[in-house]
Amino acid sequence: MHKVFTRQRLFALPLYFIYLGYSACTTAQALPTDSELNSVGERYLELASASFGAALEEALIMQQAIEAFLDQPDLETLGAAKSAWSLARKPYAEIEAFRFGNLIIDDWEPQLNAWPLDEGFIDYVDQGSYFYELGNPVGQANLIANTSLSYGPQVLDLTDLSADLLASLNELGGTEANVATGWHAIEFLLWGQDLNGTGPGAGNRPVADFALTEAECSNGNCDRRRQYLSAVTDLLIEDLEWGVSQWDAEIATNYQKEFAALPAKEQLRRILFGVGSLSLGELAGERMKVSLYANSPEDEHDCFSDNTHFTLLHDQIGIANVLQGQTGFAAPLTRGISVVELLEQYDADLAQELGNALNNSTEVIAKIAASAEAGIAFDQLIAPGNSEGAAMIQDAIDALFLQTRAIEAAAVALGLNSLAANTEGHF
Amino acid sequence: MDFIKVTMRGALLSAVLSLFIAVSASADPGRPGGATSTQFQDANAFSQPASNLSLDGRMNFSIGNSFFRNPWIAAPATTTARDGLGPLFNTNSCQGCHIKDGRGHPPLPGQAQAVSTLIRLSIPETQDRIRLASEGVIAEPTYGDQLQDFSIAGVESEARIQWQYEYSSVELATGTEVSLRKPIIELSHLAYGPMHKDVMLSPRVAPAMIGLGLLEAIPAEDILANADPEDSDGDGISGRPNSVWDGIEETLVLGRFGWKASKPTVKQQSAAAFFGDIGITSNLSPSESCMPAQTGCVAAPDGGYPELSDELLDLVTFYSQHLAVPERPDHAEAQVLEGEKVFHETGCASCHTPQWQTGDGASAALSNQTIYPYTDLLLHDMGEGLADNRPDFDATGLEWRTPPLWGLGSYQVVNGHTQLLHDGRARNALEAILWHGGEAEDSKNQVIELSEDRLAQLLIFLDSL
Repeated sequence: MHKVFTRQRLFALPLYFIYLGYSACTTAQALPTDSELNSVGERYLELASASFGAALEEALIMQQAIEAFLDQPDLETLGAAKSAWSLARKPYAEIEAFRFGNLIIDDWEPQLNAWPLDEGFIDYVDQGSYFYELGNPVGQANLIANTSLSYGPQVLDLTDLSADLLASLNELGGTEANVATGWHAIEFLLWGQDLNGTGPGAGNRPVADFALTEAECSNGNCDRRRQYLSAVTDLLIEDLEWGVSQWDAEIATNYQKEFAALPAKEQLRRILFGVGSLSLGELAGERMKVSLYANSPEDEHDCFSDNTHFTLLHDQIGIANVLQGQTGFAAPLTRGISVVELLEQYDADLAQELGNALNNSTEVIAKIAASAEAGIAFDQLIAPGNSEGAAMIQDAIDALFLQTRAIEAAAVALGLNSLAANTEGHF
Repeated sequence: MDFIKVTMRGALLSAVLSLFIAVSASADPGRPGGATSTQFQDANAFSQPASNLSLDGRMNFSIGNSFFRNPWIAAPATTTARDGLGPLFNTNSCQGCHIKDGRGHPPLPGQAQAVSTLIRLSIPETQDRIRLASEGVIAEPTYGDQLQDFSIAGVESEARIQWQYEYSSVELATGTEVSLRKPIIELSHLAYGPMHKDVMLSPRVAPAMIGLGLLEAIPAEDILANADPEDSDGDGISGRPNSVWDGIEETLVLGRFGWKASKPTVKQQSAAAFFGDIGITSNLSPSESCMPAQTGCVAAPDGGYPELSDELLDLVTFYSQHLAVPERPDHAEAQVLEGEKVFHETGCASCHTPQWQTGDGASAALSNQTIYPYTDLLLHDMGEGLADNRPDFDATGLEWRTPPLWGLGSYQVVNGHTQLLHDGRARNALEAILWHGGEAEDSKNQVIELSEDRLAQLLIFLDSL
């Protein structure tokens, strides 16, 4: 199965000719009309609105828990804030399926979910185990400990750690690892560095890092750390609210309107390109295959909290949601029809196959989540020499690969010649 | 491998991709990378995969991106695929120099290490003909062919780079005075003793990564057809191919990549950069970049051989080949088209060849594309002012490869500066033009003579690229 990642296999000519033969037998089949495709777009917009709404709702609960923690920092309130973060990640992960196909979401996303991050940019780190990009002049800036930051000829005033200031510091100096805001900044503030490598355990930040007085404060600058956590949490909420507004059918000018006005095939292309990219490039490639190659917790997505398994699982559920037109976070959706339902009318076998591929991917990734919940987290599964863990992740990669194939086949069956971007009007 | 649920048509499904092979787009100067061009115009404009890349290709691109972006660490470490940094190096990740997949910059005042600028070292030709034939230069005997100003713990970095400028100026026909600066480089804190008395130094800023797989896919015979080494057409422009060692084919081939076109392929350029800049060995660069006198370097632990597996080198190469060139939304505006005329009238296009057709590329996405890189990939004598006086294979100390101009208008938004040329001395496109000499002397003089309007149009055109 390893071989599928080589170029030779990608353009395997014999398979190509087999497919042409197959294609010739089926080209007589009818294709969906524009109004049928529009009805798939309609469901997609309803789903987007419900999914973004759910992500905001859970994030608001997290915000309350973080405020309660900052009001009275103790082990219990810290634990509650961490739990709320983990719970809020689930519906957020599901909206990642709206990335890639919709450029507006890709442009919006980094401020909320950029990763990996050089945590020394934000706060103190363990010097012995912290590696950052040496081309990054501010990889050890420690925004929390410093009220000004020299960068080249500029001196930045950090006195007030406001949301606007922190947002402006993202990718400072052109280094993508300079992430000041979003889910992973909050995660780092709540958990701290995971110093356990590929061994058991997540980050373990002392409660006293957020103490109400400097006398009780561990690692210094508690007031600024509190200010920072509060500001990035507020910013995340603001950003999610903006995301929700883009899909709101009641608003006159937003992305939802723009999407609904697109040619029907372009709507379908954005839908399928988005889930196909998340399935293969992002999940199978960047988040799993890279970790397997590198055996490094540095490549783990939610590395401070060891919550990676739930993010992977809910990313996958998000893909299934888009294709099946429902989400577990909302009452049954009723507008239009789903991709799978439309496919059933034109190629019932393929619809069945796509459904099976989705279920299979979800089941296989659920095994990774079950392992983590039973005490063996993603960063232990990718440890060098853990062949059982590696096999579990490879199974997930293989399932995602087949799932992506089924998505591509569905695109063809529904009348798309290409999933590639930049093809508006060229079907 | 769980094929149970999808066995029936698994093989057929896996071939569907073939239907997504892009149909070759017709020529469109607004899409300089052909169908690979990206719509992104923001700070991520240089970091996008080829737009016509398949989903499978996007996965390989994502994996390659991760190894291009994330830092390498010193051995031994738990992350076996990412250890082996150094012992001597310039930075710890590809992205450290190719910032946002774009250009590096000369050292900032007070910057201890140069990072995205490096200094090549060599000594004049000796009797070591064999070495010269395969490496293109004779390395400085103590420090090697590249100065590395970082090192892992326990090993001394080679030197520090003192980077200053001397200033001059040129007066345009309009009366405008343009200030020019030229770096004056001195090395201090030489950790391994004095350098060879005849050492030749050549500073190099990391170039942008876009469109490399397209340049690789231009048929060599088409590039060679433009060469005119003896200037037999008498236009004052020679254009010579660099003939360089291909370490995989083990023969001399056309050089395409690097400031002097000293590397033949993206893969060999990538392996050389891993080796020289990060200290990562691969099957193409097997031994650590330690010279015999650098005993601490020789004795330091390595990351296992090779530190970069063939598979990961292929993935990083794939990534490097498929970074898209941004579209040119303004290409058809009146001022831009006027500027394009000036570009041709002043002879810029004699070397900055606008249009090419790719042949078979490393993937279907790169093949048979009409592209607009604005380079002939040949070497030209650029005069004493720009010369580094350091030959490399067939390139003389006066010659440089014509750099591609695509993406020129995006540097400001991607990298926050417009410092151009091999050492970043030009602070904008006009300064870069004014540094042209040698074969380009006549073109430069024509630009100096332009009216204010025509010069502005030329610069608007360049900024639209």
